[in-house]
Amino acid sequence: MTKEIRRLSIIVVCMFLALFVSTSVIQVVQAQSLSADERNKRTLYDSYDVRRGPIIAGGEQIARSTSTSDSYRFQRVYDDSEIWAGITGWFNPALNSATGIEQSMTQELSGLANSGFLARLNQIVTGQEARGSSIELTLDPDVQRAAYNALIEQGYKGAVVVSDPKTGKLLALVSTPGFDANAVASHDGTAANAAANDYASAEGDPLRNKAIDQLYQPGSTFKLVVAAAALASGDFTMDSTFENTATYTPKGTTREIGNAPFGTCGGSSSKTVTLADAIKYSCNVPMAQLAIKLGDDAIREQAEKFGFNSAFDLPLPTVASTIGTGLDAGETARLGFGQNKITATPLQVNMYTSAIANGGVEMNPLIVDQVVGDDLSVQKKYEPSEYGTPIDADIAKDVTEMMVSSVESGAATNARIEGVDVAGKTGTAENGDNDPYTLWFTGFAPADDPDVAVTVMVADGGGQGQSGDGNSIAAPIAKKVMEAVLAQ
Amino acid sequence: MTDVQAPDRGVKRALRRMRKPQRLRNRELVLLIFSIALTLGAFVLVQFGALGELDTKVLGVVGVMCVLAIALHIALRIRASQADPFLVPVALLLTGLGTAMIYRLDLAYVTHWNMDSSSAGEHQMMYAMLSIALCIVLVWTLANYRVLFRYTYIFGLLGIVLLALPFIPFLNGGGNAVVWISIFGFNFQPGEIAKICLAVFFAGYLVRTRESLTSTGKRILGFTFPRAREFGPLLVIWLISMAIIVLQRDLGTGILIFGMFVAMLYVATGKTGWVLIGVVLAGAGAVAATFVMPYVHGRFEQWLHALDDDLYNAPANSSFQLVNGLFGMAHGGMFGTGLGQGRPDITPVAGSDYIIPSLGEELGLVGVFAILALYLIFASRGAHVGVAGQDDFGKLLSVGLSFTIALQVFIMVGGVTRVIPLTGLTTPFLAAGGSSLLANWLIVALLLRVSDAVRRQPRAVIG
Repeated sequence: MTKEIRRLSIIVVCMFLALFVSTSVIQVVQAQSLSADERNKRTLYDSYDVRRGPIIAGGEQIARSTSTSDSYRFQRVYDDSEIWAGITGWFNPALNSATGIEQSMTQELSGLANSGFLARLNQIVTGQEARGSSIELTLDPDVQRAAYNALIEQGYKGAVVVSDPKTGKLLALVSTPGFDANAVASHDGTAANAAANDYASAEGDPLRNKAIDQLYQPGSTFKLVVAAAALASGDFTMDSTFENTATYTPKGTTREIGNAPFGTCGGSSSKTVTLADAIKYSCNVPMAQLAIKLGDDAIREQAEKFGFNSAFDLPLPTVASTIGTGLDAGETARLGFGQNKITATPLQVNMYTSAIANGGVEMNPLIVDQVVGDDLSVQKKYEPSEYGTPIDADIAKDVTEMMVSSVESGAATNARIEGVDVAGKTGTAENGDNDPYTLWFTGFAPADDPDVAVTVMVADGGGQGQSGDGNSIAAPIAKKVMEAVLAQ
Repeated sequence: MTDVQAPDRGVKRALRRMRKPQRLRNRELVLLIFSIALTLGAFVLVQFGALGELDTKVLGVVGVMCVLAIALHIALRIRASQADPFLVPVALLLTGLGTAMIYRLDLAYVTHWNMDSSSAGEHQMMYAMLSIALCIVLVWTLANYRVLFRYTYIFGLLGIVLLALPFIPFLNGGGNAVVWISIFGFNFQPGEIAKICLAVFFAGYLVRTRESLTSTGKRILGFTFPRAREFGPLLVIWLISMAIIVLQRDLGTGILIFGMFVAMLYVATGKTGWVLIGVVLAGAGAVAATFVMPYVHGRFEQWLHALDDDLYNAPANSSFQLVNGLFGMAHGGMFGTGLGQGRPDITPVAGSDYIIPSLGEELGLVGVFAILALYLIFASRGAHVGVAGQDDFGKLLSVGLSFTIALQVFIMVGGVTRVIPLTGLTTPFLAAGGSSLLANWLIVALLLRVSDAVRRQPRAVIG
């Protein structure tokens, strides 16, 4: 019997060995991956105990944590929130909600990302308070303020995207009206919920970042893409000519297309108009003829090279700009001036503008510069990277030339800056028979060696219904922003 | 005169000391004080971690529980001074850690889940006190455990009756599995006590029949297989186990009783053939149950595909609980979050089936290893009695009972850590549940009694 008891004991020991192994595997070997599982609520709750790192733009803390006596321990505070809320978003442990950078970089902010592992270990060993990493943005507070104020002073609802075309770094990303993230970040859940609901139903949809998360008809700003497609096809040059009539009705359609302002292109009495003049004076009739000749597939192909039909990871969430397929003649003709089956975010418009500015090379947009630990060590650096080369350098040069003449003496004259060559293109997009226009300006300066690309979008006609246009409303905003950058 | 009496008194004193040497009890006292300190420490840490302040009322109740353990120790000094010194401290420490965690979960339910109050911890403390008190009574009254041997078949019958009680309509206490009875508002799982009764029955039965079981058999492939006539009892126990699994929807108890029987059968007869047949029968039963019983099938699915998103979010038989237990253990990591500072309450029913993940989260891998080591010590003391004893009934009984505890730990901890499919048993001493705690402390009493008797027997010198 004794022998059997000993053998049974060995079996018991083996059973327990299996348990020692299984618990070790779970609590040590798999611990990291189980903690990273997005279904793991404990990781989220853990983040409440950490002093979240600040979000920094140009040395300014636009989001920071202060100690509180409640169970969440830290209150998020947003300074000048109306200007920055579209980027920072908010973090509210009481509602268990986060948006913007607070959401997309919560792992880094709460120090739970892999890159912050050593820093966290050091904090544990030295018994310091657990602190998350700080997020340093590429945004320039002066430019951001200039753009925000330029829109708000006029009472415009819209967006401004400012970038460095050579690196893709965003210098400003403004959406108006803004909102106060502090109201939504309140640990008083009822008050925070009420504030969130108020904003969600408020005039002008403040919770939505119009620069990256809302689609608009790009209007004439899209003519840049159509012109690029034409030059790239090899069948057209800047001097290619089109019939210079006041209206144009594509074959097989009944609705006629007119120039804006009504009449021949640039008021010229010439029978024909060149592609260069069509861009300079932003004429719809020649661009519609060009689109029919190119076909919608060639335009779509060029647009997709610029990033249409793709979303970008900023890492803020963006929506993809869209371009329709299988278009009929009327739709194709209207695609020539960015109407009907085409939508774009201001970010997308800024990206193709930047590609033109950067000799045809399109950079990936960057809003985060680096992640810096509590010990000031750089844990992650976001390096500029190429999105692609949607057009050749010589095509970029031609398009730039047309944009410069548009600002000098064409349809975009309100963006002129004394002593600087500005390249630009306006847009005045129709949204429906009685709906207010969407007003655009997109451009860059200086034209020969650009430091900045600016895209302005003013929604709801800038409050002027169908009487304003891109040059009168959007271009002056862009001018102020470019001046702010060039003054530095 | 005085010169003559003095050495006489000395001899008497020495004889008395020889008859009642308290060396074992002194060792037990030291260990017990250690267990009491750890238990009180656990409660203090829970309160500091979860409340941020001390609640002396609760600590008072824990104190009373510890005083009862001291009373048990004193009872042993008087009535069973040769009993094993490790059993009571180990059992008390496990009970203390379990109650501390259940109480900790109460605090979390109030803080995080907006419950007005949760009193599972208080109930568990009451049950613990009742269990230790009954342990004292059994140690005190059961002067000679061999009395049990006389009632072998009564215990067998009692075990079956207890298992069948939940089927009586007006006694059924509800629940998913048919294992609860409700009397005068008290819920009880008779299966827990049935386990002990069946262990007594198996021990008695096997001691009586082992001669005929071992005498004959065919040798096939080097293993001696039993004859069909002796094969009967194994088949009967197997059928009872399957009946528990199918009719009561209680996979764990079925496997536990069958496993206990096979182990005791092996120890009694020394035939590997029995074990092989037992394992084959258990495997066949498990496979059959998987196909026939949806709830068993669900358990297998959760075991194999726990992290699947579909299964995790499934409306029925979801792996949500299992995976959240894993999340908890991973969250604890090597050293744990510290008592009162984790979030074990996120795992549903964290105090019973998932008490080990809860403890793993807050005490870490280190804590889990310590708890597993405590169980190993407990089981090894039972085996030790089995090796040292000379009475077959006592040997079988103590081996059977301690093996049952070990098997139960394996089934539960293995279940929540995905070594085997999860079955609903209680983790001995730790998990919330009065019936289980009571049954386990009765096992402690029986083991104390048998171990005392083993040491008191004059040692035969056998080569």
